[in-house]
Parts: sequence; structure tokens; C-alpha cells
Amino acid sequence: MLTIATGNKAVAAAVKAAKPGVVAAYPITPQTEIVEQIAEYVTDGDLESQYIPVESEHSAMAACIGASAGGVRTFTATSSHGLLYMHEMVHWAAGARLPIVMANVNRALGPGWNTWAEHSDAFSQRDTGWLQVFVGTVQEAYDATLMAFKIAEDERVLLPVMVNLDGFALSHIMQALETVDLGDFLPPYHLPHAIDTENPCVYGPMTGPADYFRFRWDIERSMRDARGVIAEVEREFAERFGRSYGPTEDYRCEDADVVVIAMGTLGKEAEVAVDRLRDEGIKAGSMRLRWFRPFPDLDLAGREVVVIDRDYSFGFGGVVAHSIRSKTGVVPYSVIAGLGGQEVTYNDIADFVRNRHPGTETWFGVSDHV
Amino acid sequence: MYEIRIHSRGGQGGVTAAKLLALAAFRDGKYATACPFYGAERRGAPVVSFVRIDDEPIKIYSQIHEPDLVIVLDTSIMDVVDVLQGLKSGGTVLLNSAHPLLGCNGTCRHVDLTGIALAENLVVAGSPILNTPVLGALAKMGVVTFPSAEKAIREMFADERNVKAAKAAYEELKA
Amino acid sequence: MSAIPKEEYLVKCTSACAGCSSSLCLRYVLKAAGPDSVLVVPACCTSVIQGIYPGTAMNVPVYNIAFAAAAACASGMSNAFCALGKETNVIVYAGDGGTVDIGIQALSGAFERGTNFLYICYDNEAYGNTGMQRSGSTPLGARTTTTPGGKPTGKKDLDRIVEAHNPPYMATACSAYPLDLYKKVKKALSIEGPKFIHILAPCPPGWRYPTEKTVEMGKLAVKTGTWILYEREYGKLTISGPSKAAMKRPAPLSDYINGQGRFKNLSPEVMDEMRQQVERNIQRLSREEAGVC
Repeated sequence: MLTIATGNKAVAAAVKAAKPGVVAAYPITPQTEIVEQIAEYVTDGDLESQYIPVESEHSAMAACIGASAGGVRTFTATSSHGLLYMHEMVHWAAGARLPIVMANVNRALGPGWNTWAEHSDAFSQRDTGWLQVFVGTVQEAYDATLMAFKIAEDERVLLPVMVNLDGFALSHIMQALETVDLGDFLPPYHLPHAIDTENPCVYGPMTGPADYFRFRWDIERSMRDARGVIAEVEREFAERFGRSYGPTEDYRCEDADVVVIAMGTLGKEAEVAVDRLRDEGIKAGSMRLRWFRPFPDLDLAGREVVVIDRDYSFGFGGVVAHSIRSKTGVVPYSVIAGLGGQEVTYNDIADFVRNRHPGTETWFGVSDHV
Repeated sequence: MYEIRIHSRGGQGGVTAAKLLALAAFRDGKYATACPFYGAERRGAPVVSFVRIDDEPIKIYSQIHEPDLVIVLDTSIMDVVDVLQGLKSGGTVLLNSAHPLLGCNGTCRHVDLTGIALAENLVVAGSPILNTPVLGALAKMGVVTFPSAEKAIREMFADERNVKAAKAAYEELKA
Repeated sequence: MSAIPKEEYLVKCTSACAGCSSSLCLRYVLKAAGPDSVLVVPACCTSVIQGIYPGTAMNVPVYNIAFAAAAACASGMSNAFCALGKETNVIVYAGDGGTVDIGIQALSGAFERGTNFLYICYDNEAYGNTGMQRSGSTPLGARTTTTPGGKPTGKKDLDRIVEAHNPPYMATACSAYPLDLYKKVKKALSIEGPKFIHILAPCPPGWRYPTEKTVEMGKLAVKTGTWILYEREYGKLTISGPSKAAMKRPAPLSDYINGQGRFKNLSPEVMDEMRQQVERNIQRLSREEAGVC
């Protein structure tokens, strides 16, 4: 079915297709339309699901944990402060090895209250053991949410997946959306360690120093195996539905001297900047980083790299810039831009490339080369 | 790429107008994006929506600073918002008004969408529906085709008065 | 109305909707509290109504805080003022979502500890700031964006939860009766310890009625007995003036329900259940006031 839809509606449509048995719902701008649309689906009988309007986000994740462990596919959506409020349970979900899928509509953190796009919320959860993917179009929001369930539930993974989409910039923009007939793309939910009174187990008891670290290694081992599973699922998706995805979306990178790396909608708008730069004779390319956890292998050898961080780790630096530096050895030009929905246009992005100083950091709108 | 900026107040359907326009352009076989820009939900506050139409996929998410077309659904906004800001030279303004705009720099069109909506009794919660008739005006201006405008309206609204109002706006907008 | 001070602490240029109960109430709350007051405001409509940086409509200090944390933040602030020997009023001004759902843990803790502060909940029976989703305070049968078919469960009885904490003062109020609210705030602030005022705040976009009918809607809530105005001082119940007649001869519930789009197509069963609930509340409070329990 070909139509146009917002990022939020696309996520909700994917959830409908995935048929979760339980959805936990709590409103927060700019995610609210996701849970509202799901409520409509359930009320209209288009989705058979237990819809739990919980009293807070901490309870939303706790409810998802109970439901997932109870044996059903589970979903919730949040943003910013909601994500932070459930932080302890976000850790818990991964540690409990539950294939929960959560849409996080990236939004800045208060005070002051700011409802616009920023990636700090998702990055504040980067150590939790959740897989994290960042989408750049409405179609990708739909596709990635569908794939998230399959990846999460794969027995080699059994870790929760966070699908990130930029607040307002993507959640509220209408773009083309093709919905698909899933067929048997998503097998029925099967959690090997679901609660079973025939085979009673205790979940998450006291675990002492001699044993605990092995469970943490299990999470990491599954996170590493997840790379292969992600590639498999994305390949299968491409075969069935005709749209290919990878760890990054590369645009004109093959012969690029300088690559702009950004995530979310800035990563798409960067392609327009690349076209302008190419017209000026600058051999630029853009690499939109999609998967953040597990962090992919990137081939940046021999290129200059400009990284745009829509986030910051105070007292340290841009999260993406430093991740790239530590993982690839390439020293990027780090630009901090787009915080709290600060407007960054393709002209600005082109300027970042034109004015690059590798090894330095610039806060767009504040300073140069600190 | 054709860039359109729509000014309205929250609750008047300006955001839906953007959706309808993008949907109609989409049904014309174009690429189209529509996006509102506003903070927390607040009825009556000025709202801006952006629509882009192109023959190629649209990869721009930032705001429209130099629109080709500015649509003003509530002219009372013009006291607090500079609706003409950035209008491309040679750009067009379309006002929901029975009267023309004085001192307009560019092509100025006006049509009484409110009057048309009231005549069709197209009123919800005391407010006239402006987003369907405006689509008729936009079809007259060639931004979308009328068949696609009709299609888009019918996809979103069951009430045929919406199509009637669009037709009326199409007729009334002077060439 | 001559007793009410002229000074305004909520000035022009709020971002409130036309017909907003909350900003109407806040004006009177602040007039009663006076300038030596701090408002602690969690995420709610007031977070936006107060204005966007760098402007503000507020003429008293306002401390914005995270959604779940208002009563806990107020608790800390109150204790700090105590340590400093300050008499500054600490007033939480929160919506129903931030009180009855995500905020209830902090509210309960602050009350249990005997915190010296005033907690005001303005209740529009939904999450208003995010576009009218259900809260625990949404009544049975009401349509919200997350209960498109009508809420299947009843309104959480926040007043009895607060009452269970035995506060020295609690009261209900309504935006349609500003003088009553003003007096209750004044009385509350003259008492030491945790105080609670629950204001019914009819909301045009949420309840779906024309913006000019907010006061009328509040009066109907009281006249039908759906919302009973009362005070409890150290547990002792006093029914407020406007509710006295309503409890003896309540106006038909349909007068209140029929004017609101959120109750459109209410089933007769739900309407009946609502009537019975109103009747039960009236009975319970009448008996208590009469000393018959």
C-alpha cells in the first residue's frame, strides 16, 4: 500500500504488522502519535493486542519486561525524559535478555524544556546492552521497526532493540511510505526462557561475584553475533521487499576525499550538501551511520572525516566523533550541531566541510575550533 | 523543487492542509514532504507548515527559508508573523481573504476560503474548514492537478462537501 | 470580590488556550499566595503556558522540574527554606497526569513526611500538554486519544488517597468559583504542614466544548454533584456553599455530559454507572457531614 505518512505513523503501522501481544503506552512529545495510533488500531479491531496505558515510563518498560518474559511480542515508544525515566529498566530489559522493541523519538533533555531533535537521549543508554539503529526517512522508520522484531527475537541475539527517529524532523514529517504484506517474515514469538510453570525457573536472582561477570559476557557475545544477524535480516528484507539497508548509508563515498558522517535526518540532508560541494569541485561523500550498537566496522582509510554530533558528552566530546576516532583511528573534525533542534541546513553542512580542521571541535553557533 | 509555506493558527487545519497538499502532489506522481513546525499543542497559536514538491526524492528536512509560495489561512496572523519573509522574488502569495493584499511584492492571489467553507456549511467545532477548499485554489494555480486534489480529499475525508468546497475555490480563484 | 488584591502575578502573553481553566485559577492562586511564593511546576500545560525563553508570563519564581518529581522537589525546597528561616510559600502547581499517575509516589512521600507545602492539582482529566491522552483521572466513558472508544475504567479517587495521609488541610475547588478557590488557598497557606487543593479544570480542547463555556461547564459539574466542593481541616469535613444545594437536589447529569464532545455517544450503561457514582459520592459525603457513618 503506497501512501504518505509521518515517521510516527510509519512506526505505528509497522507495529500493527508485527502484531505484538502487549503494548505499553505513555504519552510524551514528540512520540505521542505512535501510542495514539496504536490505541486506534486496537479500538478499531485492526490490532489484537493488550494495550496497557501505564502511569509512567518506568512502568512502561517494567510492563514490557513482564509481558516479554510472559511470552508475547512487546512494544513501547518513548522519548527524551521518558527514556531517562525508564533508564534502570532499560538496563534490566537487556540483562533479562528480552527481545523488546522500543521506538525512541530523539529529543533533547531539560531543563529548559525542549521538545526538538537531539540524540543525547539515546546515547545516554548506550551502555545498556540494547541494540540501537537510527533511521533517516519515514520508509526506513517502518522497515527498521519490522526488522527490529526479527533481529531482537533471533535466538543468537535475544536483546532488545531501540529504533531511533528524530523528534519533529522525522516523527512529524510526511513522506512516501510503502507498507508491505509481511507474509512469514516475522516468525511467531518464541522466547526460550519464557515463564513456564511446567519448567519453573527463577529469573534474575542474587548472583555473586564468581558468576555475574559470565552473564555480562553473554550479553556482549550476543551483541557481537548480532552483527551477522542484522546483516542476514537486512539481506532477507531486501530480497523479499526490495529495499536494502546496511550499517551505513553511503552517498558518493567511493571516490570521496572527505566524508561527512552524521546520524538521523542530518545524515540525509548531508547528501544535498555533498551534491553542492561536488559542484564546487570538492570530492565529498556522506556516510549516514545507521547502526550505533553494535557499532559497525567503518572503512575510512585515507579520507578526511567530518563528524556531526547531534549530542554531547560533557567533559569529553561528541559521542559519534569519539566513537569513530577510537574505532577507526581516524581523527575527525568534530562538529557539535543540532542540539535541541537547532536548525542545521545543507548549506551549514557544506560549510562544515569547507571549513574543516581535523582534530578540533566546533560548536555550531557558539565557537570555532576549540 | 517547489517550496510552500503555510501560515495558520493551531486548530484551523493548517497542518492538515500541508498533508493534503503533499498527498495530492504524491498522487500526481511527484515526491512530496509536509512538515509542521510548532511546540506543544496549543489551539490558537500561530503555526507554520512546510511542503516541498519535487520530481526527485526530497532529502531536505530543514525549514523553508525562501518559499516559492506562501499561503496564509488566517490573515490575522499577519499582525504577529512576517508571512512574506524570504519569499523568493517572483514568488506567489495566496491569502484566505475576500480582499487583495496591499503592497505585495510578487504575485498575490486571494480567495475567500472562509466564505466558501461557510457556504458549504463546512464547519467543525465552530471553525470553518479551510484545508480542503485551499486545495482547489492550489489546483487552479497549477501546484497540483484537480483530479489529484479530489483524490487526496476523498482519501482523508468522507464528507463530499469538502470536494464541493474545493471546486468552489477552484472556480472562485481569479486567474 | 473586593477582598481580592489587584496585583497580578500572571501577566499577559501566556500561551494558554482560549477558555483555559488553569491559567484562570493560577491568577487567583497567586493573588492568594502573594509575592513571597515559589511555584514548583512539573511537565504540564503550565510548563508551556508560562511562556518560552527568553520571555515569561510569571511574576513569582517558578521552578520547572521533571514530570515525576514535583512533590519531591518541593519537599527539598521547603526543607531548605526551613533551614534558612524563610517563610516563602512552596506551592506545587501540577496537572492530573503529573499528580495521579507519574507523580503519585513523590506526592505520597512528601505528605507522609509532613512536608510544609501546598500541592495544587488542576485536573482537566487528561494529559493536556501532549494533546489529550487518558490519565488515571480521566472519568469512565470519556474519549481521549488513547481511549478512542471511551475509558473503560473509572476516575482514580485522588482525594481519598490524599485523605489517607491525614493532611492538616485539603480541599476541592473549581475554576468556575474563583472566590471559593482564593479563600481556600489563603486558608491552606495559613496552616503548617502538607496541604492539598484539587481543582476541577474544564478544558475546551480536551472536553470538546466551545471556549466561552468554561465557567458554565464548571458550574454544571458542581450543580450536578459530579464535582463536590468541600474542605477537610484535620479530617473534619465542611461542604462548600455552591455544593450544598447541589447535594440536596443535583441537576440532571445529562446537563453536564451532553455539552461535552468527549462523552459523545455514551452508552446508557455507562451513563447509569456515572449517575450511580455521583449518587454514591453525595451519599458518602452527606452522611459524613451529618456525623452518620
